[in-house]
Parts: sequence; structure tokens; C-alpha cells
Amino acid sequence: MAKKFLSGNEAFAYGVRLARPQVISAYPITPQTIVVEKLSEFVEDGSLNAEFIHVESEHSALSCAIGASSVGARAFTATSSQGLLYMAECLPYAAGGRFPIVMMNANRSTALPWNIYGDQRDSISQLDSGWIQAYACNAQEALDLALMSFYIAEHKDVSTPFMANLDGFVLTHTYEVVDVPTAEQADAFLPKYQTDNKMDLQKPRNLAFSAGPDTNAFFKHREHLGILNASKIIGEAEERFAKIFGRRYTGLTESYRTEDADYILITLGSLSGLVREVVDELRKEGSRVGLLRLRYLRPFPNEEIAATVKNAKAVAVLEKDISFGNEGTVYTNVNSALQKAKLRIPSSDYIGGLGGRNIYKEEIKIIFDELEQQQSTVKFLGIGGETNGN
Amino acid sequence: MTEILWHGRGGQGAFTAARLLGDAYSLKDNAYALAFPSFGPERRGAPIRAFTKLDKKPIGNRSEITRSNYSIFLDDTLFNEKSFRELKQNGIILLNTKKTFEDPRVITLDGDGIAARILGLPITNTILLGAFAAVSREITLEDINKAIRQTMPHRLHEKNIAAVKAAFEEVVA
Repeated sequence: MAKKFLSGNEAFAYGVRLARPQVISAYPITPQTIVVEKLSEFVEDGSLNAEFIHVESEHSALSCAIGASSVGARAFTATSSQGLLYMAECLPYAAGGRFPIVMMNANRSTALPWNIYGDQRDSISQLDSGWIQAYACNAQEALDLALMSFYIAEHKDVSTPFMANLDGFVLTHTYEVVDVPTAEQADAFLPKYQTDNKMDLQKPRNLAFSAGPDTNAFFKHREHLGILNASKIIGEAEERFAKIFGRRYTGLTESYRTEDADYILITLGSLSGLVREVVDELRKEGSRVGLLRLRYLRPFPNEEIAATVKNAKAVAVLEKDISFGNEGTVYTNVNSALQKAKLRIPSSDYIGGLGGRNIYKEEIKIIFDELEQQQSTVKFLGIGGETNGN
Repeated sequence: MTEILWHGRGGQGAFTAARLLGDAYSLKDNAYALAFPSFGPERRGAPIRAFTKLDKKPIGNRSEITRSNYSIFLDDTLFNEKSFRELKQNGIILLNTKKTFEDPRVITLDGDGIAARILGLPITNTILLGAFAAVSREITLEDINKAIRQTMPHRLHEKNIAAVKAAFEEVVA
């Protein structure tokens, strides 16, 4: 391994290079641009043997990756925000066709008002498209996810495309120390992609077909099972990863000081670093608080959430998303997990960081303060707006 | 945690200096750094800020620095009375200027002079990094040199290493 001082985008690009994709098709968009620039440099300098296809749009970027995957190639693309929305038509094609493409998404606000800064409304709007969705919290995890994502997506029990999300700018453009594994280590971790789900003249088969009302649900059910299977395969990949690289990840969620916590804040992405610091500070003052970070939104960690918060007095979700006319979608999902586990815990929702607005330490302390009142509310952080009283 | 706020104009290399500092500092074991620019569209000549955070443990807070231990100005036209409000208690301002200041919080250096002499270009980012090493003792010249060799184009190595050394020695003197 070599220590390097890299941005999140660069770290992800190093991870992708180690995974040796055969086809990269991409269209640049802020704040994703650097990851594709870096990969094109790797192809140019010969350190990555891949076909780099600079397409004319995001719709084509994913279509191209689907084409590559349908002949059995390992395929990668990357996008952000409006780019993800422009390729939205193709997302369920990749998922329904069971093409295990890996895509990095640099989380960015969606227009209008036009804004290039980070929030998570782009990827969260696509939760139903059939892709695995992971959220990295720092550049090291971004690199490690890049490697693991191919293992998980391509596993025969999963065969599902994988969207790895990095918070725009605060993660994609922030430099920090990253351990970059050697190619030998990466090759020992990640087997070559082998599949029967490809066009092959020796073994002709039907791919990317139609299915009418009598058979459609069968395929959709299989698709659902594939993404559910990812839970187990994520664990398997992380176990294998820890053995080779010595870094251990904790599956769909990561909990911090939650064992005896009365009040737990649930969040995702790079914001969890700040929440962790606040938890430490409040613990010093005697408050029993904890952090639950959702590393994956699909498959959704229903059991993990229930198991972590079951003894808490109240929980809050802090998310960079709003489903207009309702509430934050992460909150909706978390409440469903609580309901299914028959847990009657007050939960509240804080919508923060929209359009890249900074979230301050003091604001997180206020959330923990308000948690002690054990009310169920939905609030916009920083502007004092309550969306409804529930 | 030591927080460094860099002020420069687009094209002067403030972010490169912020990144080199983080890189140099984190060469040691159990030393962590974050470095990032003020995000957004870039324009040559426009005021920009860049940030470096240094600590002995992993840094979770990725927010911009609002109060610094060191505020470093590559361009003295960006420095004014308001700059002191961004300093922590005992914070220091490191200023590239030919002017002199009575205020003990302000340390000055004729970075442009060193740049003209050694680099032949009015670029003072690595020079102020050398000055920072002399003032703070958070990093060594050797670590800066390593970071320069790791990340800058080869043709820039020797001149910048010489400029860093000259700035370090001038501040120490």
C-alpha cells in the first residue's frame, strides 16, 4: 500500500483503476468531472487498459455501459445531479437487464434554482430504479467502495448495478490521506467478471427482452431478490476485504456509541464525521447520544436500524433530501423499519444541507437537544421552518 | 487541531499550497489533514480562500474554517482590519508584502522578492508555505520537499524547493 494525499474523486478513480474495468463511458459534470478526467489520464498513460468512450450525454454514457456489460465486459460510468436525471431512463434498463455496472455519483443539488453544490436529492430520487446505493463518508471509504462495488454487483447472486455516492465537493473535492492498495492486493480481492448474462455466439440466449403481464412480475420479483441478496454479499465482500487490506467495514450501517444511547441521530454520507465529533463532545458532558450512519440505502437496512435503536428514547434523521409534499425520503424509510419491527419510538426529521448549505456543529447539538423533547416533527434545518406538525 | 486559512487570487496557487501543506503534514504516522478550496466556479484574479486542517486524529468536520490559527495572505491587497476577526486567540497572520506592520500578530515576508530572485515568476504559494514552516514548526522542510516532489511537475521541483528554503531562512532570521 502507498499513502497518498487525494481528493474523494481521485481516490475513487484509483479504486476504479485497481478494479480494471474494460469499458468506461462517461460525460463530465461538476463535481464528478475529476474522476473521469483522472481515469482518462490513466488510460492515456497506459496504467489502465480500458476502452474510454467520451460520449455526448449521460443518457448515452449509461446506454454505452449497458452495451458493454451485455457482452460480458466490466463497465464503469460516473455522473451527478442533472446528469443522473438525464440518464434516468436507462437506470431501470441496467437493473432489469441485470447488468452489474458500477457508477459513481457525485451528490449534487437538482435544478431549479440551479446549483452545483452538494445535497443528496439526485440519488435519493432514484431509489426505486433497482440499483444498489451506497454512501461513502471519506476518501478512503470511497476508494474501498470502488473496489468492493464490482465484487458485490457482479456476484452471481446479486447481478445488480451499483451506485456509489460521494457528497459533492465536501467529499469529491476535499484532499486527505488515503492508503492506495497495490494491484496485486486488488487482483487477489476482485476476481475477473464472469457471467452467462451476455451475448455469446457460442451460447446464444435472449437478453433484454419484453415480458408481458403474465410473466413480468416474475422478473421484477427476481430483481428484488437480487438486490436483497446484496446484504449478505456486502458482508462477504467486506470480510474478504478485511483479510486482504486490513480495513474492516460494517455492512449496511455503521453505529457509533449507540449501545447505551437514549438519543440516536441517523444520517448518511460525509456529514457523519461531524456528527461523530458532536457525539464525543456531548458524551463528555454526560449525554447518552449516538450516531447511526446508513452506508447503504438499497438494500435498505431495516433490521440493522431496528436492532440499533430498539432501546433508544427517540431518534432523528438528518438528511440532505426532501420529497416535496411529504418529508425526507430517508425518514419515510426509517419509520417503515421501526413500524415493521413494532418499535414505537418518537422520530423526527431534519432536512439540511440543501444546495450545499453548511451544517454547523451547533445545529447538530440543537437536534440532540430537541430529541430529548421526544416529538415527531419534520423541520428544515437553519431556516426555522417546520413542514408539518405530524 | 491547527487550522490554516489561505487567501489568494485565482491563479496564485493558494489551493496548491493548502494541499501541499496537508500532504507534507500527513507524511508522518498518526497525522491527519484535510485540504480543500472554497468551492465553486474558478476565475483568474478573483479572491479565493483555501483551507488546511491539521490534527493528530482523524478530522470529521469538513466545514470551512471560520477562525484560524494561521491566516496566510499570498496577496496583501486581500488583507485588511477585518482579517483579524477570522483569527483564533493567539492566531497569527502571515503576509506577503513589502510593507511593515507594528502589530505583533502580523508576520511579514517579501515573498515577491524571493519569487523574482529564485522562481523568475510572481508566484509565492510555496514561499509562504516555507514561511509557515518557520513560524509554526508544524512541518519540516524535508516534508515539504517530499510533498513537492510527489505532487508537482518535475520541472518545478528544484526551484520551488530552493524558494521554500529561502523563505524559511528569511523568516527565521
